[in-house]
Amino acid sequence: MKPSRKVGFYQGLKYQGRGPMIHWMLHRITGVAIVTFVGLHVLSSFFMQQTGADFATQVNIVYESWQFQILVAFIVIFHALNGLRIALLDLWPAAQNQVDQYRAIWLQWAVFIPIYAMTVFFLLTGSLAAS
Amino acid sequence: MQRRSVPPATSFEYFMWIFTRGSGIALILLALIGISGAFLMGARTQMDLATVMRWAFFPNPNHVVNSNIPDVAIGWATAFWQIMQMLIIILATTHGYNGLRVVIEDFLGDSYWRPMLRGLIFLLWLFSLIVAFYVILFS
Repeated sequence: MKPSRKVGFYQGLKYQGRGPMIHWMLHRITGVAIVTFVGLHVLSSFFMQQTGADFATQVNIVYESWQFQILVAFIVIFHALNGLRIALLDLWPAAQNQVDQYRAIWLQWAVFIPIYAMTVFFLLTGSLAAS
Repeated sequence: MQRRSVPPATSFEYFMWIFTRGSGIALILLALIGISGAFLMGARTQMDLATVMRWAFFPNPNHVVNSNIPDVAIGWATAFWQIMQMLIIILATTHGYNGLRVVIEDFLGDSYWRPMLRGLIFLLWLFSLIVAFYVILFS
């Protein structure tokens, strides 16, 4: 029997899935964001090269700003590390239990925070030096 | 622990489930190869995030030439990096569009939108692959 999909938005918010659910949601949101980001980037590059369109210049200005790059760095690094966690846990099904799931999530953030902090540090110092 | 005695059904969804994991791990490795290649070619001090991402996700001469590093585009016009670009493009577009399909179909019930959106995503996937192959091979 298929699970019911007729769940309201606020009902869904009340579901206490904790860490794994939040990471599942963030993985989807960041995944769709990456598809959008890359698609827009390809489109704008094409129009920049072919027509020099105003829209393409605007997109590139946004993409090159440090505020946007901080966001993109979070999205890409999170999606990569979360995907790596999912793939590795799927390769070893013995680790698919409550304890190891939460351990893996903590380990993921222990890897994520130094990498992302370094990225943000260089973005901020670079933008401060340029201004 | 009880052993599973029924082999999993080989369906499209099952194949894509495995493909998503495999291509995800492969893409991380390919990104690291691209960044390592940039380091080996002497780009160390002039890197910003956009430049790193250009190398990590599409090491193409026309792509990395937009960064501030002079004369680095020549080193990328080899068969090795063309194969790397092909691998990244095939894995990344398939991974991305399949993920989009999964998300969309999770929110759709059994309606006539499902085959239509599937077809649309398939066409987008094919179009992206053709454009990328053109950029890699002929431009």
